[in-house]
Amino acid sequence: MSQALAREPAPRAKREIFGTPIFGPESAQKGYALNKMCFSFNSAAARAEFIRDEAAYCARYGLTAAQTEAILKRDLLKLLDQGGNAYYLAKFAGILGLNMQDIGALQTGMSVEQFKAKLLAARDS
Amino acid sequence: MATIIGGLAASHVPAIGGAMAKGLQQDPYWAPFFDGFNAPCRWLEAAKPDAAVVIYNDHGLNFFLDKMPTFAVGAAPEYRNDDEGWGIPVSAPFPGDAKLSWHIIETLVGDEFDPVTCQEMLVDHAFSLPMQLFFRDRAHSIPTVPVVVNTVQHPLPSLRRCFKLGQAIGRAIESYPEDMKVVVIGTGGLSHQLEGERAGFINTAFDRRCMDAMTGDIDGILGIDPHELVELAGSQGVEVMNWVAMRGALLGDVHELHRNYHLPISNTASGIMLLENRPKLARAA
Ligand SMILES: [Fe+2]
Repeated sequence: MSQALAREPAPRAKREIFGTPIFGPESAQKGYALNKMCFSFNSAAARAEFIRDEAAYCARYGLTAAQTEAILKRDLLKLLDQGGNAYYLAKFAGILGLNMQDIGALQTGMSVEQFKAKLLAARDS
Repeated sequence: MATIIGGLAASHVPAIGGAMAKGLQQDPYWAPFFDGFNAPCRWLEAAKPDAAVVIYNDHGLNFFLDKMPTFAVGAAPEYRNDDEGWGIPVSAPFPGDAKLSWHIIETLVGDEFDPVTCQEMLVDHAFSLPMQLFFRDRAHSIPTVPVVVNTVQHPLPSLRRCFKLGQAIGRAIESYPEDMKVVVIGTGGLSHQLEGERAGFINTAFDRRCMDAMTGDIDGILGIDPHELVELAGSQGVEVMNWVAMRGALLGDVHELHRNYHLPISNTASGIMLLENRPKLARAA
């Protein structure tokens, strides 16, 4: 079919998208240890071990000082800046007992109620 | 020969699993979502497909960044779910159709797609929840072929590439020499973004455009590059790639039989669609 043969557009310089980290080659390398630690949280035993001594667990996975500090402080925006990937960080959020509205509120500086209201308001958009 | 009788699409956020475990299907928050499955479930009960090909993305249960395939196809007799770390119950295993898997793999490679093949593969909520939502009591007895698309790490495959993958899967199923009925399911989306200062982003206009494109101007969305897709759909809204691949597999005349659009469920705009795939008249002649 002819449309299937249509040329892909030439790559353009990527624009910034407000408040939206793109998890690509740079973050994938920078955040590898951090994401690997979060991937380990699939295991209940790993989650328990992390809770027993968070800093020691971070050290075992080779997190940098900045990544470890961001974990200890639950600083999600910093974790993203340090190469964290949303899909793996969600497992860290699970350990903290936070749901996605709690996470959204933390990252946007809103209260949880404000964040839920923002989601609802999208209905009218 | 096998025939593809239809395509289905649904969102797949983990919170759905939590709601199911707590029996909240008729809770006012959840009912508008769960009720959206009644019509597709009735259709599936009547149509009685023999197998389901499920196109989804893994959220860090089976695949990690150490080895991250752009496309992967399961080729196992059975697929297990496991602890994903966010507290939703582990589901019972799902039967595979390894023979159909290998036929799809052979056809895809012959068609210049080169997926990773997996004789062992854990399936996460993006597979298990839509299977349970669409098939209910029969979710764990319908043979399946899981197909995984990378939505986790850029570079992501383009929508056009996903559509072509779907077309190749469609050709594979239609050349399968068993007399059986197959449905293709695409899961994920619609617009949502979990991370960053734009967390909570939802784009209803774009979601409607994608749903309309399933029976309308599909080519109009295939030119959207992955970066632009993040901008329009949100970082995880890119999962609509799985819908586009599902749509690609429907090679006949495609008719929309049902849609449900509701938001929010968790941080996500939820879309459910049932598409019927009727034989093209020209090809039937
Ligand atoms: Fe997802």
